[in-house]
Amino acid sequence: MEELVTEIKKKEARYSFFRQAAKRLWDTRSARIGLFIVAFFVILAIVVPLAFPYDPKVDSNLAMKLKPPSWEHLFGTDQLGRDVLVRVVHGAPISLRVGLTAVAFGLLVGTFLGMIAGFFRGAIDSIIMRLMDIMLAFPATLLAIAIVAMRGPGLNNTMFAIGIVSVPGYARIARSAVLALQEREFVSAARAIGAKPMRVLFRHILPNGISPLVVQATLNLATAVLEAAALGFLGLGAQPPQPEWGAMLSDSYKFLTIGAWWPVLFPGLAIMLTVLGFNLLGDGLRDALDPRMIVKSRYF
Amino acid sequence: MLSYIIRRILSLIPVLIGVSIIVFLFIHMIPGDPVLAILGERATVENVERARHELGLDRPLWEQYFLYVNKIFHGDLGRSIRSNTPVSQEMATKFPATAELSIFAMIIALIVGLPAGIISAAKRNSIFDTTVMIGALIGVSMPIFWLGLMLAFLFSIFLKWLPFSGRLDSTIILPIQTNFLLLDSLLAGNWEAFKNSLAHLILPSLALSTIPMAIIARMTRSCLLEELGQDYIRTARAKGLKESSVLLRHALKNALLPVVTIIGLETGALLSGAILTETIFSWPGIGRWIYMAIQSRDYPIVQGATLLIALIYVLVNLLVDISYAFLDPRIRVQ
Repeated sequence: MEELVTEIKKKEARYSFFRQAAKRLWDTRSARIGLFIVAFFVILAIVVPLAFPYDPKVDSNLAMKLKPPSWEHLFGTDQLGRDVLVRVVHGAPISLRVGLTAVAFGLLVGTFLGMIAGFFRGAIDSIIMRLMDIMLAFPATLLAIAIVAMRGPGLNNTMFAIGIVSVPGYARIARSAVLALQEREFVSAARAIGAKPMRVLFRHILPNGISPLVVQATLNLATAVLEAAALGFLGLGAQPPQPEWGAMLSDSYKFLTIGAWWPVLFPGLAIMLTVLGFNLLGDGLRDALDPRMIVKSRYF
Repeated sequence: MLSYIIRRILSLIPVLIGVSIIVFLFIHMIPGDPVLAILGERATVENVERARHELGLDRPLWEQYFLYVNKIFHGDLGRSIRSNTPVSQEMATKFPATAELSIFAMIIALIVGLPAGIISAAKRNSIFDTTVMIGALIGVSMPIFWLGLMLAFLFSIFLKWLPFSGRLDSTIILPIQTNFLLLDSLLAGNWEAFKNSLAHLILPSLALSTIPMAIIARMTRSCLLEELGQDYIRTARAKGLKESSVLLRHALKNALLPVVTIIGLETGALLSGAILTETIFSWPGIGRWIYMAIQSRDYPIVQGATLLIALIYVLVNLLVDISYAFLDPRIRVQ
């Protein structure tokens, strides 16, 4: 009976923490805007491919090439006569998939490494964190570009590269969270009742240190979408004729000189809005979850 | 102080060894046989074997690494596969263009970002503050290559105010000494060349400066706001100092410390941003060189240029750390 009561109390406490955080998030106007933007692109990415299947390989109509925006083609047409709006909309699932996969990869690997380093200290800690320092000696975008340049272009290598360069960020945050939490009473209590190290680490420490990681992951989604677009623009990410936003920009920017601004403007706006959405949401989450700890981890 | 600097430099040694290992391993990240990837599938067996021997790929991995490091210490970064010129030689001709662009971009970022952050903090929650913060958020959310293209479209193609590509009009003759064209034109006393190279510099450096500018503005504002809540500020105000003097002489001094760190970290963003910006504006620097090398699979160039940028990044952050210790005595003691 007592166990049940404590269980319920525990649930209530957690519920109220997340409910409070959710309320704080919703009460911030900028975070709300971010949430709407992200929700819009997520719905777009899920619904559009199902409702309007699109095959980029057969999409071309040279008679209609480079037509400015009109009622028929709201965003105009590109150099192969393809509707820019259709391609921008179908680019959403690609960008979100790349962002989510890369972030999930970085988050899992980085958190695992950071937690192990912080928990076991000693030689393991030194080796892991020195390795992270070495990776941080490269500007992240440059390292991602170099990795894909070597591995060969394509979406899989893009996701891998963007994910791997984000690992040190998560590792540092996870490590410092573990160091801070390890001294707390609930961890000593768990140890005292004989919990094994891995259980202490993943059942007790991880759930309590997850807030800054969630914030970092959200902000990292913004960076990942930007980096994926940059790689696409350099011809390293998604390959034509896939409607990836960065690749679309790279395909059509040569036509700016003849005045065709629309195939460049709209994919860029889509990138910017998506990134803005994740940034707003991430900033809001940071304020809602844990204002002090995370500001530092983002900038230092 | 000296012992701090020495400790800081010594701590770089393992990092630099690690960096060299990662860059060395690049060539082994190429899927399949790197020699075939470089020479193409139709290369003859003798050519493949010769290239393998020349690249040292027929030796054990550790031996290859030591050879690689030995070469780096002798300034040898290998040869370009396409042009067969030494990578270090090409690098030396490209580097000043990138340095000029990056320095100019950082200056723009500081000139705009610092005052914007200071005024935003002083006039917290005003229309100015909101505008700057929204602007800064959009700044960090924008793909700089897209901003560059839009600026180019507006100012060079549509309004025809500024040139779109290159560093200098081909009609202007300028003796090259330092390859920093602004400096060279001043040395030659050639005002026309100075104006022309400045005009070429504006758009790419503006595009490149947006992200550091936005981050500097945000950081200055938040650090300044934090300082303004401290006790010593209350004391300064209580003794009747003018608000401008409280802000600029007392708070700003302390708030600038973290901003210095940001400047160091943003050098990395500038150097990787240069790959995109230089590609768009046909700026003949390291960035465009990397882009061309990627297109033509000239791996030694990608390797050499990545190593160079990582080295610069590490050195700039070393300088930042040292200057930080000068500015804040607490760091030295730790």
